[in-house]
Amino acid sequence: MKIAITAAGATLDAPLDPRFGRAVNFILYDLDSGKFEVIDNLQNLEAAQGAGIQAAETVARAGADGLITGHCGPKAFRVLAAAGIPVYNTSVATVAQALEEYREGRLVPARSADVEGHWA
Amino acid sequence: MSEGVRIAIASGKGGTGKTTVAVNLAWSVHEPVQLLDCDVEEPNAHLFLRPEIQRSETVSIPVPEVDESRCDACGECSRLCAWHAIVSLKTRPLVFPDLCHGCGGCARICPLEAIREMDRPIGTVETGVSGPVNLVQGRLNIGAPMAPPLIRAVKARAHGSGLVIVDAPPGTSCPVIAAVRDCDFLVLVTEPTPFGLHDLVLAVDMVRELRIPFGVVINRAGMGDDRTAVFCRNQNIPILQEIPDDRRIAEAYARGRIVVEALPEYQSLFQQLLAALRAAAKKG
Repeated sequence: MKIAITAAGATLDAPLDPRFGRAVNFILYDLDSGKFEVIDNLQNLEAAQGAGIQAAETVARAGADGLITGHCGPKAFRVLAAAGIPVYNTSVATVAQALEEYREGRLVPARSADVEGHWA
Repeated sequence: MSEGVRIAIASGKGGTGKTTVAVNLAWSVHEPVQLLDCDVEEPNAHLFLRPEIQRSETVSIPVPEVDESRCDACGECSRLCAWHAIVSLKTRPLVFPDLCHGCGGCARICPLEAIREMDRPIGTVETGVSGPVNLVQGRLNIGAPMAPPLIRAVKARAHGSGLVIVDAPPGTSCPVIAAVRDCDFLVLVTEPTPFGLHDLVLAVDMVRELRIPFGVVINRAGMGDDRTAVFCRNQNIPILQEIPDDRRIAEAYARGRIVVEALPEYQSLFQQLLAALRAAAKKG
């Protein structure tokens, strides 16, 4: 099972990026093997519109079974929901801390977007 | 003037005086002239012209609607759409109408003809008259982020003859391109400030790429420094006119008055600009 986490860097110590659509990177972490890969989000960082949707497509195509991020807007949430990917909102500082929260069962799937589009 | 001449008034930076120049030029023509207010996110030429609006038409763009009973989730539509307005992840497509540019590609590429196009209103085009000026203005609906199709609808109402003045939106992005494309000559209105110059440089790059002949009008001349004038000289860009930094112009503007009416001493300044533009547009 793989989980995607928005990250401002490329390691597990990296700060968790609170943005989804305009996150710097997605870290796709394999909970079974403990390995991870880094997927950059360069094309979206400068997109005028549709960044959340495209980020959701990226995460879904990468095979994520869940997403941990700071905030997720309505369009991205709709795509993730259609792809069957639960969204977990968190306010912890790093990717590693977010994974720890997830493993300990402290994260619950969001029932809706928690911010409007273009919130940041 | 028998043949149609189209002059666009644009600027990199907002608030430099596009509408002031456009309205006062139109008011200086003294014969039938058309003003197209293409700043559809905030059309404001009407505040000065106070036209009687004679027609108001809704402008729509076609957006996809998916017949889910026909769709097999092949994802062709999603792969085609550069705007992510239709998204399929091995699922029935999700449609995001406010991102759709109305190109119709998804409906055409769908192998099962499961997509049909529905009109989605994005704004209105209003036509009105104020003295010798025929005003056409677009008004984008609140929350509709798609200006270019509405701008094209405004421009589609341009007369084929006489002088047509296009008041463009500020900046250098898609709505500006939609407004200034096909114009015979373009005026970049700027102000002699660092911000004005910074955005003028961007606008000059844009106009050169579009290959439209152009010149600069410096508004509020005397308030800043001479770097804008030096830039124009070094780049061989004609400075067509300078409008002085006169507090009375700002006061007239703030009251919604046309400068050449409120301050008749500026009539010759706009007449000169008009003559220069007509000569320049003819040369092409």
